[in-house]
Amino acid sequence: MAGLSIQRISKHFGAAKALDDVSIEVADGEFLAVLGPSGCGKTTLLRMIAGFEDVSGGSIEIGGVEVSSLESSLPPEKRRVGIVFQNYALWPHMTVAENIGYALKVARVRRAERDKRVADALALVDMQQYGDRRPANLSGGQRQRVALARCLVAEPRLVLFDEPLANLDVHLRASMEDEFAKFHKRTGTTIVYITHDQAEAMALADRIAVMDQGRLMQLATPHELYHEPVNEMVASFISQGMVLPAEVLTAESGGQCRVRLLGHELDVRCRAGEQPDPNAKICIRRSQIAAADADEPGFDGTVVKAIYRGGASRIEFEPDALPGTRLHFDEADPVRCETGQRLRLKLTNGWLIPEREAAGC
Amino acid sequence: MLAYIRDRQGQQLALTIGIVALIVIFSLLPMGRLLQEVVLPGGTLSLDIIRNGLFSETTWVATWNTIVVGLGGTLFALVLGVAVALLVSLTNVRQRQAFVLCFVTPLMIAPQVTALAWLQLFGPSSPLLNILGIAPPLGTRNPLYSPEGIILLLGIQYAPLVFLIVRAGLRKLPRELVEAAQSSGAGWFRVLRTIILPLMTPSVVGAAALTFVSCVGNFGIPAFLGIPANYLVLPTLIYQRLAGGGPAVLSDVAFLSVLIGIIAMFGIVLQDRIASRRDFRISSTSLPAAPYGLGKWRPLVETGMWALILVILVLPLVGLILTSLVRGYGITLTAETATLENYAFVIFEHAAARRAFGNSLYLSAAAAIFAVFVAIPLGYVIAWGKQRWIKVLNLAVELPYALPGVVLAIASLLLFLKPMPITGVQIYNTVWIILYAYLARFLILAVRPTVTGYFQLDRALEEAAQVAGAGLFTRMRTIIFPLIAPAAVAGGLLIFMTALCELTVSALLWSSGAETIGVIIFAFEQGGDSKYAAAVSAIMVATTFLLMLVASLFANRLPDGVLPWRD
Repeated sequence: MAGLSIQRISKHFGAAKALDDVSIEVADGEFLAVLGPSGCGKTTLLRMIAGFEDVSGGSIEIGGVEVSSLESSLPPEKRRVGIVFQNYALWPHMTVAENIGYALKVARVRRAERDKRVADALALVDMQQYGDRRPANLSGGQRQRVALARCLVAEPRLVLFDEPLANLDVHLRASMEDEFAKFHKRTGTTIVYITHDQAEAMALADRIAVMDQGRLMQLATPHELYHEPVNEMVASFISQGMVLPAEVLTAESGGQCRVRLLGHELDVRCRAGEQPDPNAKICIRRSQIAAADADEPGFDGTVVKAIYRGGASRIEFEPDALPGTRLHFDEADPVRCETGQRLRLKLTNGWLIPEREAAGC
Repeated sequence: MLAYIRDRQGQQLALTIGIVALIVIFSLLPMGRLLQEVVLPGGTLSLDIIRNGLFSETTWVATWNTIVVGLGGTLFALVLGVAVALLVSLTNVRQRQAFVLCFVTPLMIAPQVTALAWLQLFGPSSPLLNILGIAPPLGTRNPLYSPEGIILLLGIQYAPLVFLIVRAGLRKLPRELVEAAQSSGAGWFRVLRTIILPLMTPSVVGAAALTFVSCVGNFGIPAFLGIPANYLVLPTLIYQRLAGGGPAVLSDVAFLSVLIGIIAMFGIVLQDRIASRRDFRISSTSLPAAPYGLGKWRPLVETGMWALILVILVLPLVGLILTSLVRGYGITLTAETATLENYAFVIFEHAAARRAFGNSLYLSAAAAIFAVFVAIPLGYVIAWGKQRWIKVLNLAVELPYALPGVVLAIASLLLFLKPMPITGVQIYNTVWIILYAYLARFLILAVRPTVTGYFQLDRALEEAAQVAGAGLFTRMRTIIFPLIAPAAVAGGLLIFMTALCELTVSALLWSSGAETIGVIIFAFEQGGDSKYAAAVSAIMVATTFLLMLVASLFANRLPDGVLPWRD
């Protein structure tokens, strides 16, 4: 096992920037998810860690040893990195056991030990009786398990997952998710897990790196990403957060500051040292929206859409103060809302987004 | 750290050097020598040869004729090959195995044998027509002595080539793609037009390019059908000039061969353009689509298919065999006059014929095995390499095949007329110069299917081996070779069968003791001994059948798709 250190790497394909100045530190034994919309550069990142792509700038270290830089690159076969490919990439001309034992054969491990380790790997993924099968005769979940066993058997320093659940159905996804989590606990392997599915990333990862357009947006725990997004992209990408313009009225004190938004004043959480600012942005979660009485501070608006979701309705709401903006929240039974209905709402809390450069332009 | 960088580059470097050396020896060297002969005859810059060539009317007539029969033959082969591939692969016709076997066989028969057989079939002295009593009167012109006849035979000769390539593509067509279209409400013909044919574009275009190149470079068919009608194409013009003028006209002939090279390049470049425009890679493997039920039309379609076999295979072969049983010219064949003497003569009495059988077997086996082992690393670099110079690679390997065999033979002659520098080894007038020409000429037949195979292979399979710690050569041996071997071996088999009766190259390079079967057939025919030519041809056809049978016995141990005639 080993940690991974990515320092200021960039990747250009001609004029296009696939990755731009990305730095990530992954601790030994950590489970890191790389999350982002498609085309954000996460697959390029994985291929660079594995050694399939050269870097255009910066460097990558695995276990404290540099493996990629502008000057030199350790070939993939020498990196001792395991990959679980999205389409499994099992060799169709080998049996399951041969697939798993391949790395050991390449490393000239003796037959007896090889057989034992293949058997152990098969047992680890609960596939003991399938050693003689061909990959073509396995189901999607079984292939995934074989792919997992194959990448483990060589005891890699680092395991990369390339959207491993993208090809599986929902039920299988849930059970494979459990399996990955168990596997991480049991082996303590350092894992870099590429995905575009945030539920998957939240469920599995110790920390998540959110990427967009080749840049690292935020690297934090799932909890922190949700509650304290650093910029608008992360705020709106994670759990569909709402971003509203606001004016910061007071400097930070005790992790809070007073802001005015949608015409009413409230205290929101913020980073230490925030100062008054007329052009701030606030991230609101749907649980932070509540009904207000007529005499309470709050804001008025109209229900634009109400969709019943079983047990609760999802409401889309347009505030009078900001026409065109949509707030959405859930309203549990038995309260029902109709389209066109007038409501008075208030915000119970919020988060002052610390990075504001995006708001300026 | 330096150690592993060196290690990685070591294997890469070895691969690159090996491939560059190969390209230089088998493509750039002969082609360069040829160009030198055109532009720098005798070592001084001169445009006389080019000017002479351009102002000759014969050149332009032959060029026009070459394009006409090239395009005509390609079109005919495409229509026939694609139609049969679709019928066999996608519908519920019966006796597929036997039909495929029969349909592919013309490809394995040398063009001059095909031409001979068809001429025997339709001419005034046709034993078959005479038996039936419907032979045209003596002195009537054979209807095949015409451009239409050439196009017809070129089409029949190369339709199996189209069939094999398109069929291989159809085999890999995932059922889901067809079913997805059907469930979108598309009828069968719509699925064919909007899904299947577009996905088959690389196969069809690849087949068209290969067929065009083959038609343009074909010597046997226009030689047998065109020369009597004074309808000359570039390869026959070259042959006539050389036969008449000897080494003195080598320079003129070199110009003509450069000209035909340019024509063939159009086909190659077009194929390259179209193939790179879209991504046709099919990554998933699944069961083939359910065959389309022809319903009440099935007997009719099947009858049509077997009638086709009767016309393109059975009748010409019958004509050939009947000719081989004739005692002498003008003697009507009956049960009493039929004889096996012709066979006994070519097998036991004629020393050169006996040698030729051995030579051709060794030569074609060597060429096929060499090509398979070269095509796999070469295809790897062409299909998956990142370097820019790779585009050029493909063209460089195409060249010796794109140019007609006569031209490569001339290039080889120019190269090896004098002993090789430093070593002083003389391969001129030995069997080795023929082997050299075969290797250079037929390599592309194995490279093409191999590259196609690479394009349809998911590269993650190699990358998975790479992260498992396997170096380049280990990956080649354990992952790439087993996965790509079927495509390469299929190419090797094509080479073996093409080289076995090869005529064009060996006609100019043979020497006493280094005869090939093609040369022997040609010599007999030139000498007016059609019966002996027919006998040797019949033996070759039988040998080909025997080889196919033996290979089929081992089919269970071979990966699917290695034997083109097996379903």
